[in-house]
Amino acid sequence: MHTERIAEIFRAQRGSILATLIRLLGDIDAAEDALALAFEAALERWQHTGIPEHPRAWLIRAARNRGVDQIRHQAMRARRQDELQASLAQEGDEPASRDEEPVAVEDDRLRLIFTCCHPALAVEAQVALTLRTLGGLSTEEIARAFLVPAATMAQRLVRAKHKIRAANIPYHVPAEEDLPERLESAMSVVYLIFNEGYTATAGPTLLRADLASEAIRLARLLCEVLPRHAELHSLLALLLLQDSRRLARVNPAGDLVLLDEQDRRAWNREQIREGLARLDQALALGAHQAYTSQAAVAAIHARAPRPEDTDWAQIAALYARLRTSHDAPVIALNHAVSVAMSEGPAAGLRMLDEQAQEGTLASYHLFFSARAALLLRLGRRAEAAAAYREALRLVRNPAERRFLERKLRELSGAT
Amino acid sequence: MQYLLLIYDNEKNLTPKASGQAEMMAEYREFTDGIIKSGHMRGGNALQATSTATTVRVRDGKTLATDGPFAETKEQLGGYYLIEAENLDDAIKIAARIPSARKGSIEVRPVMVFTG
Repeated sequence: MHTERIAEIFRAQRGSILATLIRLLGDIDAAEDALALAFEAALERWQHTGIPEHPRAWLIRAARNRGVDQIRHQAMRARRQDELQASLAQEGDEPASRDEEPVAVEDDRLRLIFTCCHPALAVEAQVALTLRTLGGLSTEEIARAFLVPAATMAQRLVRAKHKIRAANIPYHVPAEEDLPERLESAMSVVYLIFNEGYTATAGPTLLRADLASEAIRLARLLCEVLPRHAELHSLLALLLLQDSRRLARVNPAGDLVLLDEQDRRAWNREQIREGLARLDQALALGAHQAYTSQAAVAAIHARAPRPEDTDWAQIAALYARLRTSHDAPVIALNHAVSVAMSEGPAAGLRMLDEQAQEGTLASYHLFFSARAALLLRLGRRAEAAAAYREALRLVRNPAERRFLERKLRELSGAT
Repeated sequence: MQYLLLIYDNEKNLTPKASGQAEMMAEYREFTDGIIKSGHMRGGNALQATSTATTVRVRDGKTLATDGPFAETKEQLGGYYLIEAENLDDAIKIAARIPSARKGSIEVRPVMVFTG
């Protein structure tokens, strides 16, 4: 029956249609309501008439009409004459055929990304709004992904939309000179979403594949609409290369498998191929910032047939460079680990201890876990065990906890 | 000489649904009319809630806009501007040009508009 095909169309078009409707109706809530009504109407109508030749244009027209009716209805009640004038003016301005133009479509989705990722919104609100409008995830799905109650997530979305309205956050693509800064915001939202899906901070499983896929989709969208911005291609490359290891990263029991123990035959070759191509594209465009360095590291891993083939010295150099602009704890940690791999555990341990003195890693379980692994390689078993215990005190993810417990057991068992 | 009178109150007391709101609005109108008549009034507005606020800082030439009202303990209120701006982006750009944005913080809060 048509229903599956119709559902498929809805799913594929939802984000871009919503973006256009937000422009036409000037409000996210109004656009969502109008779209829901249009979907209902389409589901009912298309069963009889069949799927129209241009389903997107049909849906936009249907949604716009219902949206304008709603605004008119509300305007009558609130006597907001100026709003009524504006909506009628919009109705005149936007013939259906214009909505099909590829430029208009991309502009609308771009507007939506930049509005959702506006720095004046709290980061968690940016993430929620992006997933809701562009990702098409339901409030419940987003709530589950971030392990908060649905009511909390609903409130977060309401507050974000309220701030957009009340503070008049404009629905437009930033000017050329503002793009780099605003893109940073958008990229970090996408990366946050990916990380949440790739390494959940809490919750029973280590991975939430849907979020990771959603992040990749958003990164692709950014590359599609802003192809000349080099760092966007690096971001996509990074996500693809990391995601390529998704299946190898956990064993059937849901336990963590470290990079050097992963079955590389389980790495997704297609994602690696595309990721490497994207990185080449980024470098050709002159990319040189944080995501580029991180993608370059991921590429080195992706290209190594076996763990022992990994060019750790090159990775260490990339992390050293990355730290000159982004000295975040996880990056400093990765730097120390790569130094350990290329210069030996003692060198890595020295670097870790230096970082510990600077105090940024005291509450980071991975710091203690890395320290433990290096101490173990140096034969300092008692200290290694102490470090694993410290890591266990701080870890939140159950899969990571099981991994640390196993390491501690192995350590104790062998003595 | 001129003075700025800053109104601090718990936001919960200022919502339309708070008890005694209607009476308070009437009292405000009476007060405002009074100081207009007496020649003291130079300007005044109700502000939208802190949930609509954005804090702007400029560090190393970069404008950093973050969600939320100003909330540092080492900085204190030192001045104000009332501006007209197209949208929040414009307001942020203007706020970033205020010299104190480079060392301190500028809170950008939308003014309340009463309809009907």
